[in-house]
Parts: sequence; structure tokens; C-alpha cells
Amino acid sequence: MADLKKLSEKTPENELKKHIGLKASRTIGNTLIYILLIIMTVIWLTPFVCIVLQSFRCESTYIVGYVIPQQWGLDNYKALFQTDFPIWYRNTLITALCVSVLQTVIVLCMSYTLSRFRFKLRKPLMKFMLVLGLFPGMLTMIILYRVLKDLGLTQANAVPGLILVYIASSGMGYYISKGFFDTLPKSLDEAARIDGATRAQVLTKIILPLAKPIVIYTILTAFMGPFGDFVFARYISMNTSKGMNVAVGLWSWLTPDQVQYKYTMFCAGGVLVAIPVTILFLCLQKYYVEGVTGGAVKG
Amino acid sequence: MKLYSDLEYLKLSKGQKFLYNLRCFFAAIPRWFAKIGIAIGRFFKNLFLGIGRELKDIAMTFVHGDWKTKISYVVMGFGNIARGQILRGLLFLAFEAVFIFYMVTTGVNWLSKLPTLGTVGPHEEYDEILDAYTKVYGDDSFKILLYGVLTIFFIIAFIYTWRMNIKQNQTAEKILATGKPLKSGKDDLRSLVDDSFHKTLLALPLTGILIFTVMPIVFMILVAFTNYDGAHNGFSNNLFTWVGLENFKQLLSFSDGNKVYTAAFGEILTWTLIWAFFATFTNYFLGMFVAMMINKKGIKIKKFWRTVLVLTIAIPQFISLLYVSKMFAQNGIVNGFLKDLGWIKDPLPFWTDPTWARFTVIIVNIWIGIPYLMLIATGILMNIPADLYESAKIDGASGFQQYAHITLPYMLFVTGPYLLTSFTGNMNNFNVIYLLTGGGPDKAWASAAGGSPGQTDLLITWLFKVTTGAESKYYQASVIGIMVFVVMALITVVVYGLLPSNKNEEDFQ
Repeated sequence: MADLKKLSEKTPENELKKHIGLKASRTIGNTLIYILLIIMTVIWLTPFVCIVLQSFRCESTYIVGYVIPQQWGLDNYKALFQTDFPIWYRNTLITALCVSVLQTVIVLCMSYTLSRFRFKLRKPLMKFMLVLGLFPGMLTMIILYRVLKDLGLTQANAVPGLILVYIASSGMGYYISKGFFDTLPKSLDEAARIDGATRAQVLTKIILPLAKPIVIYTILTAFMGPFGDFVFARYISMNTSKGMNVAVGLWSWLTPDQVQYKYTMFCAGGVLVAIPVTILFLCLQKYYVEGVTGGAVKG
Repeated sequence: MKLYSDLEYLKLSKGQKFLYNLRCFFAAIPRWFAKIGIAIGRFFKNLFLGIGRELKDIAMTFVHGDWKTKISYVVMGFGNIARGQILRGLLFLAFEAVFIFYMVTTGVNWLSKLPTLGTVGPHEEYDEILDAYTKVYGDDSFKILLYGVLTIFFIIAFIYTWRMNIKQNQTAEKILATGKPLKSGKDDLRSLVDDSFHKTLLALPLTGILIFTVMPIVFMILVAFTNYDGAHNGFSNNLFTWVGLENFKQLLSFSDGNKVYTAAFGEILTWTLIWAFFATFTNYFLGMFVAMMINKKGIKIKKFWRTVLVLTIAIPQFISLLYVSKMFAQNGIVNGFLKDLGWIKDPLPFWTDPTWARFTVIIVNIWIGIPYLMLIATGILMNIPADLYESAKIDGASGFQQYAHITLPYMLFVTGPYLLTSFTGNMNNFNVIYLLTGGGPDKAWASAAGGSPGQTDLLITWLFKVTTGAESKYYQASVIGIMVFVVMALITVVVYGLLPSNKNEEDFQ
């Protein structure tokens, strides 16, 4: 490589000029990139800094045009505990824990099977689910709401109903982990099968230990799903405060007639919700990145 | 259209090549439709041929089978039990018993009411004890439709099981004729964790999908052909009933009465497509750009930059979206900040002016979407062989040329399927639109179209609005949902045909 370069640049002066030019342009380029990255960092962090600062504002509760509170205090956080916020938090946490366990089991069953087994209905099944996925999921909400209502799993009892809805269709989201299983060499299975292991043993003893990254990825995304879901949770809780999750509850504080009194409390609630989820996410970030970059593309 | 040979094509200039490819693309469109038509035709042909074959096979098995097989045509599982496969036989028999019991007690009732969706609505009846007229509830159209659909599913399942039962008799006879023993119940159970392990694994997920996705979708498609809405809720006020294609006619006719509906649908569909296009491609290219910046040689603390961006993925979306929506409010932080700087006197109409609102939504979506794309792009960029760049450098390629001829084609090739799913995902991106603008600002002229759609409403948020409120036009929501499906299916089929990376999945192994 170095020899090639020398051949193309014959005179020493020329070489020196080019060298300086290259170096200068690289420094300028990198400085530009640093400036851009710093601007981006500011833009990306501003909302989060603002929400934290505003959650400590005590002098007023409505939307204002400045960021730094004139009067600091924990009033908003204290006020949260006089509302239904703890109930919403508990609802969300229960839902998220149940969903993360059950959904992971279902998704892994589905993706492992579709990746490893070759049976007659495999291709048609995958095509069928692709077509099903093109229907807006929200459409099914109308009937599911009526059915769950007949079963008594809506409004104040929304949590079990919500868990049921989340996990029941989770088999459709098998793409990413199937992409992962596709990358594990098949010769592993075959070697174990020749040694006399059953299919179930292959899964539990050989594949699962290797699949740790994707298992953690699935658990993480399944856990975060209920924290972000808005529309299903709103539909099923149907204006009953006791059955809401944090998303629906905090949203209801920003409706035009509430926002005057609850805006800073929304900020405080948002901070309390975001902290544990963010910490969890950043701890497991490695697995998330692996899942996204590996599975999302192969799909 | 004139087709060039490979040699002629290579002689063309760049512009000509582009025009030629473009013409090829549009010339191919009729062929796609023809292909789809042929595929549908072939599907039905195979279906009928398949049914014919099955019927013939059933008849032949009956003629050639022994008495055990013949009895199995009426009493399912009899052949299995008589040949010693007790477990299978009992399962068949139990299924038949449950089916007959269900059909006799309730199934026939639901099926018979399905064509009318109920005849007796809620009405007043004279009560002798109270000596007054009291309200009496009759049929429940919703339940009739729901259980009608369930019963039909059940019947299909029964026919399938019955056919399986006959096939098993046939194979059992064949096996016994060769003198080998049949599989015992123990063998069957063992195969559930071994050879048929996939059946065990798929049983739970598929049941869930069947009950909570397939059935509701079938039900909602049927609702599009009824007049189910808030005023005809099927039980407590009025029954609803079949109206045929009336709802689709309303959507697609340009008669005076429905002009608003049709026009609103057209506008919302257009905006949905524009939104999906910009949301997908701005994120895609900017995300790639950011990834390349961070990955560039000589840039330090790469991990820090990534973590900052990843924060938007980590923090639950509803918090960041709702908060950002209030930041851009008339009296929010952004306007306050700009005023303090003295750049503006009146607050900027971020959410109140239609054009501003549409721009702001796309900009905020970039803020949300870049980190995700950055992660994906980072993974792919690292996989590009470094020697490609080295040889390009030796040949004197500039940074931009390297990007245009190596990075971009490689990215597009690998992420083709992802782009497609991301486009359809954005078409249905409920959260971003609903939490940021709630669909607003108002679109006053369209309020007659139902659900009072706003300027930034997507089809999916409109669908949601239609189903809430007093009117609750469920049939309209269903029609919109079906239209969303049609649009998405068309896009998927067309784009999938174009993708270069339409590759064999076995290649990865």
C-alpha cells in the first residue's frame, strides 16, 4: 500500500504538499463533524433536560415559555401520590412484567420453529402472516373490546385484558429473532441429533444457551412495549382511571381542560416513568443493538 | 416500446439509461397486474383441482376400505380404536361429540340467524304484573355475527379433522398390509417432543393468532358490509343488518351527498403517502449520514455520541412525543425561547397552521427516527469490506464518489426489505401523529365525513377517531381499514418485485 503511494507521487515536494493538504482537510473535516455532533447532542438532549427542570417548577402548573424554574421544589412529585398515578404505575409494571415473560416464550417458539423446521405448511404460514400483518391492527380492537367487555376484562379490570391482547398476537412479531436463529449454523442441530438428542433437547440444551442475546433483546422490547402503548390501553380502559396505564393516564392530563393544572405534574410523572426504563435499557443496550442490527435487516 | 440488448444498453449515456429504466418500469406495470390476475386464477384452479382430488380420494377410500374404515366415516376414530390406536381414536371421537353437541345446542341457531343478523329488535311489551309497557331486548346482532363466524370456523375445523380421520384409516390399512405394527399412543406422545416438535411449539402461538387476529379481522371485514354504528349497535337501540356493497359505494361515488367523504378520503390518503415517504427517507438518509459521521476514523468517544442518540429509543415514546408536542405549543418553550432572542414577535403556528404542522411532524419524526436508523446503518457499514474502499482510494475516488458507488448501493441492497416495512410501518404510525398533533389542526370542511378528520390525520388515526365518540361508525372504520390493506398490499407487491435483495433465505445459513 505505502509503496504504491510512493510510486504515484514522485517528487518529495509534491509528497509533502499532498501530505499537509490531506492532513489539513482531515482536521477541518473532523472539526466540522465534531461541531455537528455537538449540535445534535444539544438538540437530542434538550427535551429531556427541559422535562426534568420543569418537573421541579413550583410557581405555576401550566405551560410557560421559559425553562429554568423560578421556585424549585418537589411539590409536583408529592402531588403525584394524591392522584391515581401510583395505580397507573402499578398497572403498567404488572402488564410489562407478564408480557415480557409470556411474549418472549411465544416469540421464541414461533421464530425457532419457522427457522429450523421444514414442514409442509411453513411457507404458506409465513405468507399468510405477512398478509395478516398488512391489516391495521387497530381494526381488531373494536371486536376485542366487545368480547373482553363481555368477559369483564375491561375498564377497572383492564390489566388482564390488556395482557391477553398483547401476548395473544405476539407470534406475528417473529421476524427479528428468526433472523437471528437463521444465522446459527444448522450443523450444530444435526450433530446433536446424530448423538441421539430429541428435538426438544436440541432446543433447550444447545440453541437456547447460544441465543442469549436474542432472548434478552426479546425480553427487553416486550417489557418496553406496554410502557409505550397508548391506543389499545386507552380503548380497553375506556375512561376508567383505575384501569389506565401510565401512557393513557398522563395523556389525560394534557387534554385542554386539564393541562392548566397538571402540566408540571405530567413532567414529574414522565420523569418517574422514564428513569427505570432508561436505566434498564442502557444496561442492556448491547443486546438491543445486536438485535436491531442483526435481525432487523435480515427480517 | 423498443427493448435494447445488453450491448446497446451499455452504449447509452447515463441520462438515457435512466430514462430507459424508467420507461421499462412503467411498461411493466400492466404486466404486474396480469401476473397478479394469473396468480389468483392459478390459486383458484389449484383449489378446485385439490378439492376434486380430495373428494375422489375420499370416495375411493370408502369403496376399497374394510368395514372398520367404513364405520369411521360416521363414527370418527372408530378405525383407530379398532386397530389399537386408542389415544388417537378417543381424541377423534371426543372432537366429534363436542362438535355435534355444540351444533345442536347453539351452533344451528346462530347459523340460521346469520343471513338476517336478527329479526327481533328491542321493543316495548305489555307486562301484566307491572301493568305497564316495559322494554324487552330481542336478538343481539353483534353476537349473531360473532358466533356465526365462530361456528363457520368450527365447521371448517371439523371437516378438516374428519378428512384427517379418513386419511389415517387409509394409511393404517396400508401399513398393516405390509405387516408392520402401527404407532402406539406412547409413540405419538414421544413424537411431540421429537419429530413433530414443531406442532407442539406452534400450537400456542397459532391459537392466539387465530383467535385474536384472524377471527377479529374476518369479523371486521364482514362489518364493512353491514350498517353497524353507534345508532345501530345491534342490541340496545337498533339491530344492524347486511347492506351489501353500500358502504364501498359511498366511498367511491362522487355523488353530491358523498362528495365530502370521498374528497376527505382522497386527501387523507395523499397525506398518508406523502408522510410515509418523507418519514421513511429523511430518517434513512440522515440516519445513515449520522452513522457515517460517528464511524469516521479519528472521531473520538464514539460510544458517547451513540448513547446520547439512543436515549430517544430508551425513553418511552409517549413521554417524549407528548412533551415535544407541548414544547412547540403556542405558549411553549420553543416560542418562548425565540421571543427572548428577539427573533419573532408573535408565536410561530407550529400546530395551528396546516403546512407548519405537517413540517413539524416530519421534523420531530426525524428526531425520533434517526437513532434507530443510526444503529442499523452502523451494523451494516461495518460489514462493508474495507478493501473496497482502499482500492477506490488508490483509483483516486473522492469521498462522495466512494459513498455513491460503494456505500449507498450496498446499504440499499441490504436494507431493501427494511425500507419496505418501514414505509408501511410509517403509514400506520399512529403514535407519532396522534400524540403530537392529535390529527389537528381542524379540517373544517371535512367534518361531515365522519370522525372529523384533521389536517395531519393519517388513515389509521382517522380510523381510530371514527370508532370513538357518539357516532361510532364502525362500518366506516372497517371500510377505511380494508382500504389501508389494499393500498399496503399494492405497495408491497410492487416494491417486492423491484427489490434486488429478494433473496433465498437459506443463503444465510
